[in-house]
Amino acid sequence: MMKIEAIIQPSRFESVKEALVEIGIEGMTVIEVRGHGRQKGHTEVYRGREYTVDLLPKIKVELVLPDQLVNQAVDAILKSAKTGKIGDGKIFLTRVEEAIRIRNEERGESAL
Amino acid sequence: MKRMGMWCCSVLMLWLLGTPLLAQTPSAVASASSPATASTPEVPPAVTDKLNALEAKVVKAQSSADNAWMLVSAALVLMMTGPGLALFYGGLVRRKNTLAIMMQSFALMALITVRWALVGYSLCFGGSGPVIGDFKMALLRGVGAAPNPDYAGTIPQSTFMIYQLMFAIITPALITGATAERMKFSGTVLFMTLWFLIVYAPMAHMVWGKGGFLNASLGGRFPTLDFAGGTVVHITSGVSALVCALYMGKRVGYPKQAMPPHSMVLSFMGACLLWVGWFGFNAGSALASNSLATSAFVATHFGAAAAALSWSLAEWVKNGKASALGAISGAVAGLVAITPAAGFVGPRSALGIGFVAGIFCYLMVTKFKAIFGYDDSLDAFGVHGAGGTIGALLTGVCARASVNAIFGEGKPVGGLDGHWGQVGNQLVGILCAWGFALLGTMVILKIVDVTTGIRVAEEHEVEGLDITQHGEEGYNLES
Repeated sequence: MMKIEAIIQPSRFESVKEALVEIGIEGMTVIEVRGHGRQKGHTEVYRGREYTVDLLPKIKVELVLPDQLVNQAVDAILKSAKTGKIGDGKIFLTRVEEAIRIRNEERGESAL
Repeated sequence: MKRMGMWCCSVLMLWLLGTPLLAQTPSAVASASSPATASTPEVPPAVTDKLNALEAKVVKAQSSADNAWMLVSAALVLMMTGPGLALFYGGLVRRKNTLAIMMQSFALMALITVRWALVGYSLCFGGSGPVIGDFKMALLRGVGAAPNPDYAGTIPQSTFMIYQLMFAIITPALITGATAERMKFSGTVLFMTLWFLIVYAPMAHMVWGKGGFLNASLGGRFPTLDFAGGTVVHITSGVSALVCALYMGKRVGYPKQAMPPHSMVLSFMGACLLWVGWFGFNAGSALASNSLATSAFVATHFGAAAAALSWSLAEWVKNGKASALGAISGAVAGLVAITPAAGFVGPRSALGIGFVAGIFCYLMVTKFKAIFGYDDSLDAFGVHGAGGTIGALLTGVCARASVNAIFGEGKPVGGLDGHWGQVGNQLVGILCAWGFALLGTMVILKIVDVTTGIRVAEEHEVEGLDITQHGEEGYNLES
């Protein structure tokens, strides 16, 4: 099992979701986050006073998938989230030890 | 490019200011062609009765029309404080102080109203002293359906009274823009009560009250033209705001910490409500539903529009973008500056005054404040003090007898009429307003400081005034 954490542009979220549903992925967790990588922020000016806003709004999609689905999912996210501009985000993969379904205490991949 | 833009601006400005009102048709002079006929043939009593009845009906019809407009105007002016100013200021503060700043405006709606009934109206409009009124109309004694011919001969005095009250409410509310995010609620209540009695009441009497030494229509020594409150409302509140900001000191973290407005949307709605309400403020100051009201309405609108454009233009040249906050701040600055002039100038002068005010206030808010480093949180001085002063001055320049022959038929009014002495009179009025506001506010701040205290504790300021002063939150996102 692998966990995919994809941090993407909010404007790309709908197409990422559609792409994931298309390859048969049923569950995901979505979090509104703020941050920046190389993109940095922008400045806002209110009555002559400048403010630097360096944390920008992003969407983080979290998925835990059986190994054989991971490559497919990563490809789907890459294709649907890319605009080609700086600030498109990142994908992180981590190995997951265990998954448990709370309702019936199923364990392992069948709990996903 | 920049220089050319500036050059164009100044040419446009000069043209707007300098153009004599060529196209202005002289206001309809009431044809007084009713010389008493020398020998009246006998009129049957029935005809006399009919004529009398007709005359009474005409008077009643005019009173009804004027009264309708004045009641609407009074409501419009109240709308400027709540929700207008409350939203405008509410959006500009940080989220934790939203409710507190709105509550200050609302509290004044109640507080000043009660003070007005007790002594306020009488102190502003009673008696005929040069500086302040008297107590004859305290508790609104004798204020009823009968008109008060000194001020507004066609509407019930009660209408005049309630209309003027709305001005007394918004004036102190403007000051809360400078004390925002750090003044105690108890201190605010005490400060505003004293300020209303010590600064507003005398100033209103001097400029608008019978016998007031700055009154232009009732024979003041230095007739100051102030149609709707450039000196009485905006200079007094703006200058007091500056004194408060200097006395209280900066907010914790200012200017290092970012303090951007928490909701430009609220401010935007507030500013638009202010613009609409200002028609009641300025056009209502004609105190009748007549052509002067129309003239003031038009001038008000043009002044606001020109200032919104000039502030935006200045910002565009400087920052490369025209912001929404700049546009609405400009509109308010224009409305402030046109306030004293509204009933004395034509539409072209109004455009000129608005254009100048937008740029002037932009510089006051961005440059002047930065140089001196005071923390006028929401720019009550930069917009109202500065805009009121430039407006009162330009009123002396641009006022025309063809719009409002306030000094008598055929007599020149302002500088463009050839009466440059009026600019001197305006200066006297401006200096009085500045002086009264400076001294009065300093005394009041001292009194408040030793009684209730002025500023909240530092940890309360950090936590926010919504919770620490009122025990509630403007935004309860979890509920």
